[in-house]
Order: sequence, then C-alpha cells, then structure tokens
Amino acid sequence: MSAALAAELGRIVGPRWVRFQPAELAAYEADGLPTHASRPALVVLPGSRHELIEIIRVLHLASVPFVARGAGTGLSGGALAGSDAVLVVLTRLNRILHLDPVRRRAVVEPGVVNARLSDAALPHGLYYAPDPSSQSACTLGGNVAENAGGPHCLKYGVTTNHVVALEVLLPNAELVRLGSGSSESWGPDLVGLFVGSEGMFGIATEITLRLEPLPAAVRTLLAAFPSIRAASEAVSGIIAAGIVPAAMEMMDQACVRAVEASIYAAGYPADAAAVLLVEVDGTPEAVRGEADLVEALLKRHRATEVRTATTSAERARLWQGRKKAFGAMGRISPDLAVQDAVVPRSALPDILDRVAAIAAHYRLSVANVFHAGDGNLHPNISFDGRDPDMVARVHAANHDIMHACLAAGGSITGEHGVGSDKLAYMPDAFDAETLGAMRAVRQVFDPTARANPGKVIPYHACREWRRGGTA
Amino acid sequence: MSGDVLDRLRALLGPAAVSRDPDGIPRAVPDSTEAVAATLRLADECGWRVRLEGHGSWVPPDASADLALTTRGLDRIVTVHPADLVATVEAGVPMDVLRRRLADDRMWLALDPPGRPDRSVGSIVATATAGALRAGFGPVRDHVLGCTAVTGDGRIIRPGGTVVKNVAGYDLTKLQVGGFGAFGVLTTLHLRLRALPAADVTLLARAPRDHLTSVARDLADAGVQPQALELLSPAVSAESEWIMAARCMGSPAGVAGDLARILDTADLAWNELDAERAHAFWHLVTHAGHGAAMTVRLGVLAPGLDELLDLVSQHLDEGLLWAGASQGGMRWAGDAAPDQVRTLRRLAAEREVPLTLERAPWAMRQAVGHFGAYREGVGPLVAQLRDVFDPTGRFVVAMDGVEP
Repeated sequence: MSAALAAELGRIVGPRWVRFQPAELAAYEADGLPTHASRPALVVLPGSRHELIEIIRVLHLASVPFVARGAGTGLSGGALAGSDAVLVVLTRLNRILHLDPVRRRAVVEPGVVNARLSDAALPHGLYYAPDPSSQSACTLGGNVAENAGGPHCLKYGVTTNHVVALEVLLPNAELVRLGSGSSESWGPDLVGLFVGSEGMFGIATEITLRLEPLPAAVRTLLAAFPSIRAASEAVSGIIAAGIVPAAMEMMDQACVRAVEASIYAAGYPADAAAVLLVEVDGTPEAVRGEADLVEALLKRHRATEVRTATTSAERARLWQGRKKAFGAMGRISPDLAVQDAVVPRSALPDILDRVAAIAAHYRLSVANVFHAGDGNLHPNISFDGRDPDMVARVHAANHDIMHACLAAGGSITGEHGVGSDKLAYMPDAFDAETLGAMRAVRQVFDPTARANPGKVIPYHACREWRRGGTA
Repeated sequence: MSGDVLDRLRALLGPAAVSRDPDGIPRAVPDSTEAVAATLRLADECGWRVRLEGHGSWVPPDASADLALTTRGLDRIVTVHPADLVATVEAGVPMDVLRRRLADDRMWLALDPPGRPDRSVGSIVATATAGALRAGFGPVRDHVLGCTAVTGDGRIIRPGGTVVKNVAGYDLTKLQVGGFGAFGVLTTLHLRLRALPAADVTLLARAPRDHLTSVARDLADAGVQPQALELLSPAVSAESEWIMAARCMGSPAGVAGDLARILDTADLAWNELDAERAHAFWHLVTHAGHGAAMTVRLGVLAPGLDELLDLVSQHLDEGLLWAGASQGGMRWAGDAAPDQVRTLRRLAAEREVPLTLERAPWAMRQAVGHFGAYREGVGPLVAQLRDVFDPTGRFVVAMDGVEP
C-alpha cells in the first residue's frame, strides 16, 4: 500500500491516528478469535463522522478494500483485514448523540460501548436489552454488524429486534438512511437486512436503538443438576409452561470448576454435572408467581439444589461466574476457542453428548457455557496455539461440532457471526442458490466487494445470479 | 394469449392446478415450491406478468396480469415441534387452520392480524400485517425464523432456518417480510411459536380520545405493559365513544398484578370481559375493517398519536382507526382518493412518520404505491434489490406509485 495513501489519510485524521509500523499493526491482527490472524496494510482511526466519510471517499476513489472494526471483541474473525486492506477503527466515534426517554430511543455513534448506553439510560429508568458477555468492551456498531445476542436475548430478542433506524455509509461514500424511529419502515425492511451483514454492506454511522423500561422486579434462581440431560429437560419444561424467563443459562461441570477455581468464584456447586441460571423479571406479582413456578419445575426435573437471589448483590454474585466464565476458562490454557452454534432446544442433551465425544476423539478439553433457553451452544475448547498439531485438532473438532449441529437442524452461528471462522461451513448451511442470492444482495450495497472482503459468503460456492437492467 | 398460457400451464402443472379467475385471467395453483418455481420459470420464458395471491381475501386480487399465481395449493402444515416452539408451514395455510392445529399442543403464533380468519399465513407475512398484540409480541418480522421463497425467474432460496437464534448469512428473510411479494413468492415459513398463556384478560374503557391517550401515558409511566393496549375509534367497535382495550396475558399472578395496576393507575371506568365476550370483541376488532376498500398503516410512536390521529381524521376521515397506545403504530381503513393518501403521506413524512399502503384496489396501489416515499438514497437500493429477486420484472407489485 502506498505511502501516499497513508499520507492522505493522515491529512484527514491527523498523522497520529494512522498506524502502519509493524509493531503498531500487530495489535490489530486478530480479534477475539485466537485461531485466525491477519495484518492490515494500515490502520486509521477517524475522530468524527465527517472524517470517516472522507476516509471512505478516498478509499473508494483509490479502489482500496477496507474493514470496519469496533473494539475487536468479535469471536468469528469478522474484523480481520488482509494486507491489501485498510482497517478503519471506529472506537473514537463514541458519542451518544441523543437519548429520548419519552420515545424510548437512543441515537448513538458506532463506537459507543454497549454497557455505556445502559448506564446513560439508567437515570431515566431505561436500559438497552442486548447484553453480549463482552458488553463492557464491545461496541454497538460491532453489535449491529454481527447481530449480537447475549443471555437476556431469550426474552428481549437480539440486536436486530432493537435497531429501528440506521444511517449507513455505503462503500462508495454515499450516505443512506434506513428505517424510521418506529416499527414501520420507509419501504422494505432494509434495517433488518443490514443488521448482521458483518460490515459487508457499509458502515453504520448513526444507530437508532430502542430502549426498554427497567423491570420493576427481578429474581435469579440457580439450580444444580445431576446431568446435563436433566437440566435440559428442565429448560424445556419451563418454556412449555408458558414462561419466558429473561435468561436461562447453563454451565457444565468443566465450566463450573473453571469458574470456581478462578477469582470469579461465585459459589457454584462444583460437584454438579450442570448448573442452570434462570432469571425472571417483570412486575413484582409476575416475578413472584413465575419464580415459584420455575422453582417447582426445577425440582420436578431433578434439581438437587435450588438457590434464589433476590437482592441485587446476590444476583450479581450468581451472574458473575456466568459473565466471567470465558475469562475463567481462559486461564486454564494458553488459548481458548469460544465456539458458537445453535440446535433446537430439544436436541441439547444429545448434541452435548456428541460434543463431548468429539472432544474426546481429538484429545481436547471442552467446557460448555451456553444460552440454554434458545439452544445457543458455546463449546469452549482449551488449547495451546503454539502447538500446530493441537491447533489442527481444534479445527477438526470445530468442523465436526458444526456438522453435528447442522445435522440436528441447527445453525453454525447464533450470535458470533460467520466472519472468517465459519466461511467454510456456509455451503453446508445454505444451498448454492441461496448463497448466490446473498452475494447478489451484497453487490447491491457494495458492487466492487471492498467492504470487509472475503467474509461470510464463499464465492466459489455461489450459483451465478442473473441481474436485470438496473445493476 | 390467455389460451396459450392455460395450455402451457396445464402441461406443466396438470389440469387440476390451472383454472381461470373470475376476471378470466389464467390462475395457477401450484402445490409445491418446485411447482411454483416451474411456473415462474415458464412465466419468465414467456414474458408473462404475474400477480401473486394468497386466498385473495386481504390485498384484492385485481392487478392487471397475464397470470394469477396463488399459494392456496400450498396448504400443508409441514412440522410442528412443541418442545422447540417452532413450526414449518406452507404459505397458503389459512391462519385459522394453523391456530387450531397449534392449540392442540397448547401453542400459538402470537399474531392477531386484521382480515378474515382464513387469510393465508403467507399473506400476513408478505404484507407484515400485525394487530394489537404487536405491542407485547413484536411485529411480524419477530415471528419468522426463515423461509423458502421463489424469485421472479424461478429460483428457490432458503434463508434463515428453523432455530430461534441464527445469524448465519445475510438476513434475506427480513426482506421478504413486508416485501409485498416484490422480492419473491413465499412458499414455506419457519415460525416462532409461544406456549398458550395461562391467563388472558381483556379490559375495556370508554372515554373521549384525548383522555384515553393521556391514560395510556400514565400507564407507561407506571411501568404497566399489557400485551395489547389498543385505541379504537367508535366505528371499529360500533360504540358511541372511543375505546381503549387492554389485554394482559401471562401467568395468573402476573396478569392479576397487571390488572390491579391498571385499575389503580388509570382514571377510567374499566370493564373486564369474560372469555367469551373477549373473544368476540377481539374478533370484531380484527375484522372490522374488512369491508373497507383500503387500509393504511402509519409508523407513529405513542407520543405522536394525538397529532397523527387528528391529521388522519382531517385528511381521510375518523372512520375506522386502530392505534397502539403504548408502542405506537396506527391503522386506518376506509375509502379515499389517491390525492388524499398522497397528501397524508407527505404530511406524515414531515413528522418523520412513514405511511404504508397495506391493501387497496389495484388502481390505488398503482397510483400511490405501498411505500411511495423513501428516505435519501434508499430508492435506488430498493430498485436494485428488486432487480436481484425479479430480474425481468415478472411480479406485478406496486411498490412506489406514480407522481401525478
């Protein structure tokens, strides 16, 4: 990449916000996925929407590919840039532009950290519901790109259910406004199409989000089970009873032991085969009624112990272990591959047996922490990235887990995105025609395929797609 | 022309799957996704313009076309998984048939769309018509996990999936929901279901409209969030005054708490309906607009309701109006001239409120379009997306309307 381009970008943002020395670039060669790395040609950090538009205009005129990146907490290698691409880091675009408590809407720049929005909404009795485990670091722009989820998405929905409008900077540096402040759109649902497009349709420069009123009451229950199957059956029993808890999270014994051996120890029963966290929220009457029913159902499904947290301190303690589970598991080996896949809820026990068998086959250690209520698995494989044989076994195990989930009627990703990591599995998840349609839609937004190239859609697996007159 | 169409279709689909509609236009009734695709490939080859229909009870089946393609032959409930609360159904399944089938397993699809009880599930999704329950359970898009659709040139796409959480690939399903068929014919839908609530109670109150909207604000401030809080004009409920209907669903304890809070907060004389009357009331509410020539939706948030209700009353008429008093959204049904709708659309747009023409005779759809007004830069994107999914312009769908 030319020094002239670096200089031109430097004129837009100031030289200190352009990085191209190898030591500087090393910090940007991976996101939260430890198995993939790629060093960008250079990194630029715009300090304003205007600077961002100017950068994208320059890159458009020079036909240079680019990758947008937030905090780099993504777990699918979605924000990796190749050596021919510019990495556009959006963390300086971190203003909450408008917070309207009456309409329950917030307008934010893409670099605003997820948890900061809820903090800002708190004095108004509101919060932003999607809560990825990385919410203290991840950005809302990244959440939009990946359609991020989180434990509380069981009741409140994932990112796409909370984004009502977007200002999008297309790869040709044109701005478009998608959606409206309401659930009715100006035309087809282009907001729904854009959310989860993994940075390949353009960059969201302004995001309008729905805020939710804080629930009047919350109760968290923790149950220990003698088997994962018993815990999974309890999950199905709760849903079948017509209760939609705010969250329903499961940890297997390996995960619980990792948590309890760490500084995040939450007092989980370490001898249990599975621990289930269930949180109900709403009005005090509903919470009381539902918590009683949940407790009865947990016991009916062979819970050996049920604890209930009612104060916020007790709840925080129960949640601490779950929220920090990835960190706790990270300390027991040099590297951790946090996987993400979905199966129908009823398939959970069988798929967890299968994951255990796959891990044993490849002589790997796996711990499971997952969103049990919606069948979203996170098998976490501990490994040492310095050991090429072990890395190869991790890839092989991931491959087998993905195919097992697809065979069970599931999906290769529930909330982390396809990125680089799952690209190879897309032809197993979708036929060539559907992949071809996705590619053709991408071309509408980005005809020269310069925005986050090489992700999500394996071009070789796409059937050719005919276009009519307006392309 | 139509004789040739009929012959070729009969050769393709079999004689029983081809007829003429009341206007004499050939009508294809394919009974599988593959048959829909074959029909559209033939249409593409022959240059026929194709009108899409469900059961023809919601959007009038009156567009000028060479061929009517109806999904009513796609009438199978393919799978129902009570443990996963997911069902896969063909697009032509009537909503009432699905409702009965799901109730057998104590489940439901949490949508109460306007229109006849037997309207097809596909038409509900293609037109994104949600009723009062959208306040508690979200718009139609939140209930659709994936789909199978056939493009204008007969390609079959299968975006999304059958699990409740899924971010694999671009979300092409969202484009199909509320796309009015411009991006393909929906043939199969994967739907998110819910367990039937243990308690379901409806309260009604009559009062001047301004008082009802003010009470709705008080309820919101008090944190009361019924699954529906709908404001209804006198014509909808055949009453002399405006009505606000609150529907609380959930666990018995939760519903009892909500009811107590509503009665405590709201300065209104509420009337609790027994189950039979509640059923009859919501039936009336969802079907009241069916005889009207057209319906429009306005994307207004609750704080803007009063102003928009005035605007609609002034430029169309007060007639049949439904409005979401907590989460916003408004529907009007009646008869109007294209210029009236255009004027209202312009005035609503000035207030950042989009107007969608939900159903109307073809002449009106053609004149004002389902959407008409786009925000900056969106029109070209929509045109190019249509080009992806209907490259030779087979589908007769009026997205944009024409300026007079």
